This record gives sequence, C-alpha cells and structure tokens, in this order.
Amino acid sequence: MTPFDIHSLRGRRIKDRIFTSMVWVLTFSCLAVVFIILFYLFKMGLGSLNWALFSQGPKPVGETGGGILNAIVGSLIVVVLATIIAIPIGISAGIYLAENRGRKLSDWVALAVDVLQGIPSIVIGVVIYIWIVKPTGKFSAYSGSIALAIMMLPPIIKNTEETLILIPTTLKEASLALGASYFRTTMKILLPAGIGGIFSGCIIGVARIAGEVAPLLFTAFGNPELIFDPRKPVDTIPKVIFTYASSPYDDWHRIAWGGSLILVLFIILLNTIIKIFESRWKVQF
Amino acid sequence: MEGTILRTENLRVSFGDNLVVKGINMEIAEKRVTAFMGPSGCGKTTILRAINRLHELTPEAKVEGKIFLHSENINEMEAMIVRRRVGMVFQRPNPFPTMSIYENVISGFILNGIKLKTDEKNEIVEDALKKVALWEEVKDNLKKRATSLSGGQQQRLCLARAVAMKPEVILLDEPTSALDPLSTAKIEDLLYELKGNYTLVIVTHNMQQAARISDKTAFFYLGELLEYDDTKKVFTNPKNEKTQNYITGRFG
Repeated sequence: MTPFDIHSLRGRRIKDRIFTSMVWVLTFSCLAVVFIILFYLFKMGLGSLNWALFSQGPKPVGETGGGILNAIVGSLIVVVLATIIAIPIGISAGIYLAENRGRKLSDWVALAVDVLQGIPSIVIGVVIYIWIVKPTGKFSAYSGSIALAIMMLPPIIKNTEETLILIPTTLKEASLALGASYFRTTMKILLPAGIGGIFSGCIIGVARIAGEVAPLLFTAFGNPELIFDPRKPVDTIPKVIFTYASSPYDDWHRIAWGGSLILVLFIILLNTIIKIFESRWKVQF
Repeated sequence: MEGTILRTENLRVSFGDNLVVKGINMEIAEKRVTAFMGPSGCGKTTILRAINRLHELTPEAKVEGKIFLHSENINEMEAMIVRRRVGMVFQRPNPFPTMSIYENVISGFILNGIKLKTDEKNEIVEDALKKVALWEEVKDNLKKRATSLSGGQQQRLCLARAVAMKPEVILLDEPTSALDPLSTAKIEDLLYELKGNYTLVIVTHNMQQAARISDKTAFFYLGELLEYDDTKKVFTNPKNEKTQNYITGRFG
C-alpha cells in the first residue's frame, strides 16, 4: 500500500467527518443542557414570581403565600460583605503573583490558590464554624460572608494575575522611569490598564458564591425574620431553596422554584455585565 | 566650555554569571548629545538602564562600580529621585493607554503625586508638546486616548512626557527603531533642537543617526568602550580598527 492509497484517503475522510460531527453534537448537547434547565426553571418558576415573593417574609407552616424578602436581603448582605472582604485580598494576591513570577513564595501562593479552588465548600463552612461561629457563640451573616469570601478568592486572584501578566512591562518601566513609586505605578498604571479583567474576575467570584448553600449552613444558618444586622443569622436565597424544596408542602415548592429563578436570573445578569464591561473597558496597548 | 554631568567609574554590570558591561570609565558632557553605538549585545542598553537604575527590575542584574550624576553617586541616592532627574524614552512607544494625551504629558506629575493648578498643567502640556512638535497635531484632541495616535506621534508624546519633568538627562534607548523613516526623521530633528537645553544620551544602531545628531560618540564592543570621542572624529578618523570596520559596515 502506498502512502497515498486512495482507499485509505477515503477512510481518513470518513473519520474526519465523524470527528467533526461528534464535536458538533457534543458541543450542541452542552448548549442544550443549559437551555433545558432554563426552560424548566422558567416554566416552574415564572408562575411563582409575584410581588409577594419580593415583599413578604415567610408565612407559618400551613398558611399559603408569603415570600422570601428576608432571604433576598440576607443574600445581599452576605454576598456584598463577602465581596468587600475578598476583593482587596484577592487583587493584592493577584498583583503579587503577577509581579513575582518564578519566586518560591509565589509558587507556593499559586499552589495554595489551586488547592483552595478545589476545597469543597462544605469544608470551608465547617472551618469557619470552628474559627468564628464557635468562639463567638452564635451564627451570623458575617461568618457566612467570610466563608464565601474564601471561596471567591481563587477566581479573583487568577483573573487579576492573568490580566496583569498581559500588560506590557514597558508600561511599568515607563512609569518607574518617571520616578513613580511602585505603589503609584500599580494604582495609576497597572490596575487601570487591567480593570476589565480584574472586574470580571470579581464578578465571576460573585457568581460563584451567589448560589452556595453548603458553607452557609454552619455560618449564616438561617432566619425567618427580616434582618439587616450582619452580626445576626440570616436567611439566604440558596438556603431557602434548600429548605423549601426538601419540604413536603406544594406551596413551599412553588417558592423554591421562584427563588431558583431569581438566582439564575441574577447569574445571567452578572454574565451580561461581564460581557459588556470587558469590551467597553478593553485597553489597547 | 562644558561640564560633565554623568561619570562612570569602572562600571560593571552582570546578569548572573554573565558579565555584560566590563568596567566602563566615561564622562558624559552636559547639554550635549552623546550617542552609544555598537553591535547588538555590546551592553549599550544595559548601561543606559543602569544609569536610571531600571536594571533593578531584573532580579539577576548586578551593578558594580560607580555612576555619578554631577557629584552624587546614583546608587546611594533614592531610585525615585534618580529617575525623576534622569528621564528615559524607550525603544517602542509606550504611552499610558488608560490616559488621554493631556494626562500622558503630565503623567510624571500625576505619578509622583505632585498637585498642579489647572493653568500650570495647561502651560506644561502646551510647552512640552510644542517642544516635541506635536502641539499643532493634537491641540484639538488633547482629551483623546494616547493610543489613538500613530506610532511616531506616540513616541514624540513619550518624549514630551519625559521633557515635561525637566530632567537633567534624557536617556533614549533606540527611540526610532520601531518607527518609519518619516517619523524617524521628525524625532531626529527634535533631538537636534533639544540639544543645547538638555543632555541627551541616545543608544542607536543607526550610524547615520549618530552622525547626524550627536556631538560625541561612544563605540562599545562586547561590553567594553573601544572608542569615545567627538562624533566627527569617530566617523572620519576612528582610532580603533573595530570601530572602523563597524562604521564601514563590515560587521555588526
């Protein structure tokens, strides 16, 4: 058989076709999964989206109606606080990794970030329970925020690092050559040039934690009351979904669907924000 | 007629085990243009970076010997002060992409936390842009992003950014190597205009450029200073055979 045998060529062409269509089918199925989930969520959840869901707290068992206002507020408190904690730490670590490539310490930090990303959220919840909830003697929104902040760190650190690495060193040199300090060079030149990527890292972080329930079970715990105090336990949307979905009441199931839809819409919104700002804040070097 | 502004004493720069600059002693005259010439890898840029201590960004770089700015040893000064007094223009134009043209000119002040009144800023911007012959081209678009300019305009903006800080010395590391011939000619004209008011040290691969704009030329080869004299003498009557071979295009 010569290397250019016509039969083997045909065989190769067929293999190519099979491969191409397989890639297509598998890609499409991944897309289909997302659409099926969204379709089902809208079908089940859209009916339960009403004003009461957003404006009322939970009703006692047996009564129908009520809403998840307490959980929406609780989720906002926990997520906003977590973001405030995670952003400075995450961006600093990202800057360190980008600026000190190849050093021992930065190798260890990079490894730690990878490990952190793989730690199950429930474990983080347990650790924060032991560190904060036990010593303070009570469940609290802020302990939940700390647990979630830890979960937010990897995407923020990685995005910051990867964005800053792409900024040409000549910009940093230009700034230092003007007599600028490292601090000002970072704040006025590097971070503004990387703002798009860093911002999307933060949003990815928020999206990652918005639906987490496991680390909150031992920390923010839950609370049927409408609470604005981060030192008290609060309900969160994922926690409400978890509780209501595993209950035997139809009306609670309905609310769980509503909560799920709110959460997913929130995630879609975050992703849209990333898309918009990434292109708008794109810096041309 | 002229003083010495920069002086090196047995300057040696190494990267790890690799000695790149092998004991340079030279004096650079104030308010003159000094050209550094030589084949790639001869240490020209390394010396330049050692002068405003940018070598410190390279962890394995090590500088021995002394560099004096007037009578002060720059390695005993605060790096930020050295760099404020010794400006630098780089090989490729590198305006700050998040800043406007206007902000780029005064970026040295912004980055040093120096607060200026609006009319002071306006004056500095106009003055610096006029010095680099960019004013007429951009005066109506000062708020535009600096990266919207052409490469040659960007490089002149970078020069304006350095000039605005009124440094005692401006180091130029092959400032025209990334530019087209027309932009190159413009920059050369500018450097020619600036001399007399500024001390310029320019690294160049372009012999015509060195001949056209510099007063003195230093020829480096493998980390050593082989020849250093008035540009005219170096080009018409080089003492060293290697210099002669290089400027006649036999190697390099």
